[in-house]
Amino acid sequence: MTQQQIIETVNRALSEEFELEPADMSPEAHLYNDLGLDSLDAVDMVIVLENAFGCKLRDEKAIQNIRTMGDLYAFIEEKKKELE
Amino acid sequence: MSLNRVVVTGMGAVSPYGMGADILYSSLKKGASAIRQVPDLETVKGLRCHIAGVVPDLDEKQIPRKFRRSMSRMSVYSTLAAMEALEMADVREEQRRSEQTGVIIGTTVSSPQTLQDFFSDYLQDFSVERVKSSLFFKIMGHSCAANVAQSLGITGRILAPSAACATGVQAIGLAFEAIALGRQDIVLCGGAEELHPLTVAIFDIINAASTQFNTVPDSSPRPFDERRDGIVCSEGCGILVLESLDSALSRGASILAEIVGFASNTDTSNISTPDSARIEQCMRMALASAGVGSDEVDYVNAHATATTLGDSAECRAIEHIFGADIPVSSFKGHFGHSLAASGSLEMIGMLNMLQEEVCLPTLNLYIPSEDCAMVRHVQTVESCAVKTALKNNFALGGVNTSLVVRKYV
Repeated sequence: MTQQQIIETVNRALSEEFELEPADMSPEAHLYNDLGLDSLDAVDMVIVLENAFGCKLRDEKAIQNIRTMGDLYAFIEEKKKELE
Repeated sequence: MSLNRVVVTGMGAVSPYGMGADILYSSLKKGASAIRQVPDLETVKGLRCHIAGVVPDLDEKQIPRKFRRSMSRMSVYSTLAAMEALEMADVREEQRRSEQTGVIIGTTVSSPQTLQDFFSDYLQDFSVERVKSSLFFKIMGHSCAANVAQSLGITGRILAPSAACATGVQAIGLAFEAIALGRQDIVLCGGAEELHPLTVAIFDIINAASTQFNTVPDSSPRPFDERRDGIVCSEGCGILVLESLDSALSRGASILAEIVGFASNTDTSNISTPDSARIEQCMRMALASAGVGSDEVDYVNAHATATTLGDSAECRAIEHIFGADIPVSSFKGHFGHSLAASGSLEMIGMLNMLQEEVCLPTLNLYIPSEDCAMVRHVQTVESCAVKTALKNNFALGGVNTSLVVRKYV
């Protein structure tokens, strides 16, 4: 899976779940401050990403440090590399 | 101790006719049936009733996602109805956010569709790994009340009575008592229901659902009629804004009617079969609570779901108190039995009748059954200046409720 495919898959999953505008989902966008997500959304974000990428993410420690969309792309990219 | 007078200053409805109290009343007045064939019901093995009143598609996105994510269908209905009711009542932001404004909305059960969705997934592998954060907020017993309070910023008390088909009137009654006692100034109150095959099945299993009119859905239910054969279920939510008279006058609100009495009692003779004497006692208690004599009541809006035993028991009780000449009608023939929502949706119809000085008839009542013939059934739109009216709703489990309403002049 290429980096671009990861970005597109993440964006599609999150825009559908949280009704986000694709234009707002830049790598710098802060999940809470810019995109308006909260702690309940963070729980659901993990579930929709697990479903989108077919892997378990919930217990990953690194997930706690994700703040921006860019952090999220990098986290998924790292996880996919681990699994390949 | 002096009690506050309690008035109605707003109404909102989501019904099988669509969104809005206006469309609900105009449809009642036209004598339009909201009952349709529901293909999903035909596919349920063993289910003999295939008709219902279903709320048409609504624009749920009027509710911001942050609030909508924790809502099942019944909470969406409640929120849209509450938004309409608040707008009509013109309650200002600072009043909504006062501890003196509350929400009392109940349901029969928590969202059956959400529970079905959860268990369909869970039973595959007994895993909760796919469960989203909003599940609990959709199935908690006070889901509708809490979601309305959260989305509309109402910070007074939340209550969520659950008494099946008597829920709506219980909610209004509890709001009436809280305001009369001065515990709240304004309360959004009512009941909500979402249709699910289980709801219909509950009545079919106990032989109380209509099964003979599946090909002519607008011919059933038939309250009081000699060909009545049972309940037709429906869904929706009716919300009233109840308010102390002082509060309404101080802010110049339009007053739609006054609630003057409420009673609820229990029938322990049988958990499902109504006892006429207990219904009669409930109505007598409501009149006593209102300080109103039976000769002062001009109209009764009956519970009358079109069951054989229920309609007859209610008619006998009405005749015992009010005699044979009092006008009686039921709205179940129009949009079916919306269970927890029925009391508040039907109240909206009745309050409009009071304002327009008409009595609307019972739809699908052509020939009153002999065991219901002891009262005067309204069978056409009648011009009548109703000053005081009584509203009944009863529920499986032995719950009886009655409200007494007076035109505000």
